[in-house]
Formats: sequence, structure tokens, C-alpha cells
Amino acid sequence: MSAISSLRDLTYERQLTIRQRKGRVLEVIAFFSILLGIAILLTLLIDVFLDGLPWLHPRLFTEFPSRFPEKAGLRSALQGSIWLMVFTALMAIPIGVGAGIYLEEFAPKNRLTEFIEINIANLAGVPSIIYGLLGLGLFVRGLGLGRSLLAGALTMTLLVLPIIIVTTREAIRAVPRSIRLAALALGANEWETARDHVLAYSMPAILTGVILAMSRAIGETAPLITIGALTYIAFDLRGPLDIFTVLPIQIFNWVSLPQKDFQNLAAAGIIVLLALLLSMNAIAIWLRNRLFIRW
Amino acid sequence: MLKARSLLFVTLAFSLIIAACAPAAAPTPEKVVETVTVVETQVVEKVVETIITPTPGPVEGTILVDGSSTVAPITMAVAEEFQKEYPEVRVPVGISGTGGGFKKFCNGETDISDASRPIKESEVELCKQNGIEYIELPVAFDGLAVMVNPSNEFVSCLTVEELKKIWEPAAEGVITNWNQIRPEFPNQPLSLYGAGVDSGTYDYFTQAIVGKEGESRGDFLPSEDDNVLVQGIAGDPNALGFFGLAYYEENKDKLKLVAIDNGDGNCVLPDIETVANGTYQPLSRPLFIYVNRARVDQKDEISTFIAFYLQKADELVLDVGYIPLTPEIYQLAQQRYDKRITGSIFEGVGSTVGVSLQDLLAKESQ
Repeated sequence: MSAISSLRDLTYERQLTIRQRKGRVLEVIAFFSILLGIAILLTLLIDVFLDGLPWLHPRLFTEFPSRFPEKAGLRSALQGSIWLMVFTALMAIPIGVGAGIYLEEFAPKNRLTEFIEINIANLAGVPSIIYGLLGLGLFVRGLGLGRSLLAGALTMTLLVLPIIIVTTREAIRAVPRSIRLAALALGANEWETARDHVLAYSMPAILTGVILAMSRAIGETAPLITIGALTYIAFDLRGPLDIFTVLPIQIFNWVSLPQKDFQNLAAAGIIVLLALLLSMNAIAIWLRNRLFIRW
Repeated sequence: MLKARSLLFVTLAFSLIIAACAPAAAPTPEKVVETVTVVETQVVEKVVETIITPTPGPVEGTILVDGSSTVAPITMAVAEEFQKEYPEVRVPVGISGTGGGFKKFCNGETDISDASRPIKESEVELCKQNGIEYIELPVAFDGLAVMVNPSNEFVSCLTVEELKKIWEPAAEGVITNWNQIRPEFPNQPLSLYGAGVDSGTYDYFTQAIVGKEGESRGDFLPSEDDNVLVQGIAGDPNALGFFGLAYYEENKDKLKLVAIDNGDGNCVLPDIETVANGTYQPLSRPLFIYVNRARVDQKDEISTFIAFYLQKADELVLDVGYIPLTPEIYQLAQQRYDKRITGSIFEGVGSTVGVSLQDLLAKESQ
């Protein structure tokens, strides 16, 4: 009896060490995976900063593009990018979050909503150039908006809507059922429950989705070139119906020029784009922390 | 509840920003009025102008330019200087390639189209269908440089015949060694680099070397970004490639230029002189802008811009790495514009190799 149990202990011991060893191997693999990601990111950042830092100058923000690298700036591209993001956010966030709330809280579960849900999930994976073609046909030519900032923002809205809708739904789904039931039990109607409790509780997660969506939009070039965003603009933006350019297009143009200095200038442009992206995310994170509710 | 209210404030602030910039969005109705009243006011303005100011009147408006990425740096440089002199005129420049530019131009979406080759038959048709007439103006020369790695000491000159042997479609998978080009070249593999197949540069090179536009072997490394080709050739001792001369000028230390023998036994290296006077053949090409004929009458600022362009081009073209036309050709181009001569001097045949611009323009102006 004791012999059998000691034998059992022995095999158990042996298997335990094997299992622990397997666990450690996996840990090492996982560690190197994350190291690889960080190493690539660091290489890119260091490379960009080495080339771009000497060219990072206040002039970049105040001057228009020029054929002389030492006089060239990003003023028009920066204006275009910032306003494009503002308009995209203004349209995409209310529509996206609204659609997410409806689908998750109010929509009847039937064939139609199922069909819509599948389509939204698929839309999130459609290549951005397709949205550019849609925008060209629908907004630029169909609605007659021309090659305007507004047409660009509408196209970007279409591009990021699926991301916002999907993350909103995920966020709402994570709200504990008890919170909904408690609100309803206290006499709140469905809309009040959704607005004051479900939405408030899921807001931080929704904002994370919004950050992801906006980060994608700010780096897009292909759909904007398709709808006719310009490359060289040496004047200030006059309004949402004016022609425009954005940072990635300006950077791409500089990279393709023969003069070496323009490539360094492009690196400086990338730093500005990164800074814009990070400050946009910082605003969202600040909002998220303010809105975070502990129960 | 408090949190929800602060969110409301954020939204409110955003909508205020929108409201603030909404009046600025008014140009559309203004534009409509402008075109309606343009006929009446033009006459009045002309009279007033001649009485009060003998100099050209207040020039304002927007001139939309789009097209070739090769020509864009020139138009951008001109636009930059022009807007310093005429701050009321806005000249944005887009880059959608020569073909993409013509698509927009023939659709009436742009006023001026940059082109690194003459308009093609299909594009002539498209313009005709939409009732768009155009004035074709040459603005500069571009030399296509053939290059090898600096460590390559055996190649200094190649004939057009040899280049054809390398690049023709039949060479694919066959001509893979330097000693197949010329027996005295070493037994060394050949690797090829060239402009992307969608570019006007590729169209011109194949037309000039292979004899048929858009036909070449497929097993070479193509890139739309010439800086990628520079890197490729600089890092590969077996390399042979071609691209715009401007990119060679900026990377002289990393590349070796190959002289071209156009069948007459003279090896010619591309430089400002040989490209401009036409001795570097067949790889020097003219670059163009196309002006929408109808818009010229609607927008006075276009004429001012074109005159400025042709006047300043010789200086600005050099700044951005291209080769200016001769003063006579700029003059002939201005005459062509003044007479509003529409259509192409190449009559829609696409890239034309080895024709003298001056001859063509001079013949026409008689």
C-alpha cells in the first residue's frame, strides 16, 4: 500500500518538474516575443529620432512646405490633420457609440440585427483604400463636397465606425447584469439605465476603442489620396469645405524627394505626427480617468 | 450625473468650435455668385483697371494643379514663388501620377495637369468626350540616367542596342550575366533595377530603349520610389538600373553614371548641357503642363501663373534638380499660350523619342 503510494508520489514529482519546466520554457518564449516587439519599436524610434531631432524646429509648425528643406514646414499638413481628426471624432464617436448602444441594449435579436452585426464585424477588416473609393464616389462626387476636408472626415468616419461600434459593444457587454437590474428595480426606465449606468460604467473601455480608432485614422494616407487630398498646400485652411493635406501625405512626399535633407525633415515630420498621436491619446486617457467610476 | 454633465460640456465645446468655423465654409455660395456675375463684372473691371491702374488687376483665386510626381517638384517650386508675389492666389499641387492626373483633368476637376509624357490617345479621347480642351506647354527637360554600382569598373558606356538586349521582354530569364552583354565583360551575374511600371519614367524608358511603350522584361526590381533604387544599386556590385537624373545628382558618391552611345559611336554622359541641347539621346525627355482651355477665360489668375511659370522656370527648374529648356523654347511656349493653341504637338502618340521641341513649336507658330 505504502509502496504504491510512494511510487505515485515519485511519478507525481517527476511530472510536476516536467510541467514546471514546460511552464518556464513558455515564459521565456513569451518574454522574447514581447522583447521582439519592443526591440522593433525602439529601433524605429531611435532611427527616426536620430535623423529627425536636428530638424525638429519651431519652423516646422509655422512654415508652409518649400523646395528648400531649411525653410520647409508642416503648417498646412498639421492644420489638415488636426481638423480632420476633430471632425472625424465629432461624427464617428456619437454615431459609433450610439449604434453600439442600440445594438447591445435595445435592438431585438432577429435575423436583421444578426445580419447587421456580421456586416459591421466584417467592415472592420476592409482595406482602407476601399473606403477611399467609396468616399470618392459618395461624398466627393455624389454629394458634391469636392476634394474637401469634410469629404475626408466623412470618409475617415466610415473607416473608423466599425472599430468604435465593435469596441462599444464589447464594453457594454462587460457591464455586470446586477447594475442594470438594480437601476431598473429602482424605477429607472431602459434609456435612463443605459445612459446613467451602463454607458457611465463602460465609458473607459469605450474611450479605449475611440483611441484605437483615432490612431488608425490619423495615420491613413491611401483613402485620402484617393478622395483627392493634395500634396503641396502653402496657405491656411479656410474651413471644412476647403481643400486640404495631412501629415502622412506631406511626410511621404518628403521621403520621395532626392535631397537627403528632405528625408531628415520627413523624420522630423514623423516625430510631430507621433507627438500629435500621443497627445490625442493623452486627452482620451485623461478623460477616461476622470470618467472612471468605482462601484 | 456630474460626470455626464462634464462630458456634455466637452461636446458643447466641440460644437462651438464647429460653429466658429462654419462661416469660413462659405466659399461655395460665393463661387456660384462669382461665376454668374463674372461676365458683367469683367467688362466693368477691365474698364476700371485701364483707367485707374495700368498694372494687372488684383489677382486672386485658386488654381488646382494635379498630376505627375516627376513634374510636381517644379510646379511646387513655381507655386511657392508665385504665392509670395501674389498672396491672394492659392496654388495647391496634388500628386496622382501622369495618368491619374489626366483622368481628373479630363473630368474637369483640375485647372492644370502635370505630365512627364505627352498626353496619350486614350486620354485625348476622354478629354474630347467631356468637352475639355487643353493647351500643352513644355516646362523642362529630364534626363534618365543609367547607373551601376561604383565598384563596377568595366562599364563606362553602353549602346542603345546593348540596353535593348538587356531590357527587351525576350531577355527575361535569358540575359542574366554581364558577359552576355559584351564578351569582354566579366562572368558576373546581372541584377536589374528600374522605375515602377506605372510611372511615366518607365513608359519613356521602354519606348526609347525597347521601342514599345510599356514593354520590358519582368524580372527586374521595380520601385516607384527612386530613393529605394538608389539604395539598391548602391548596395549591389552587380547592379544596373535607370531613373531620373535628379536622384543621381544627389547621390553622386554612391552611384556610377553610364554614358550612352546612340549608335553613332559617341558616348555621351547626361548633364545639363547634353540633355538640354539634345545630344544625350534617346534618354532625355521633355516635361509638360496641360492647361484647361476654358478655365483660362474664367480665371485670369491662370494666365498670370503661366506667364510667371515660363519666366521663372529656367532658374527654379535647376533648383529642384531638372534641366531647363532653352530661352527660345520658353518663348515659343508663351506664344503658344498667348495664341491659345489647343491640342498636343505630339498628337496623342504618347512618349515620343528624339524629337526636337523647338522644331515642333516653331513649325506651329509659323
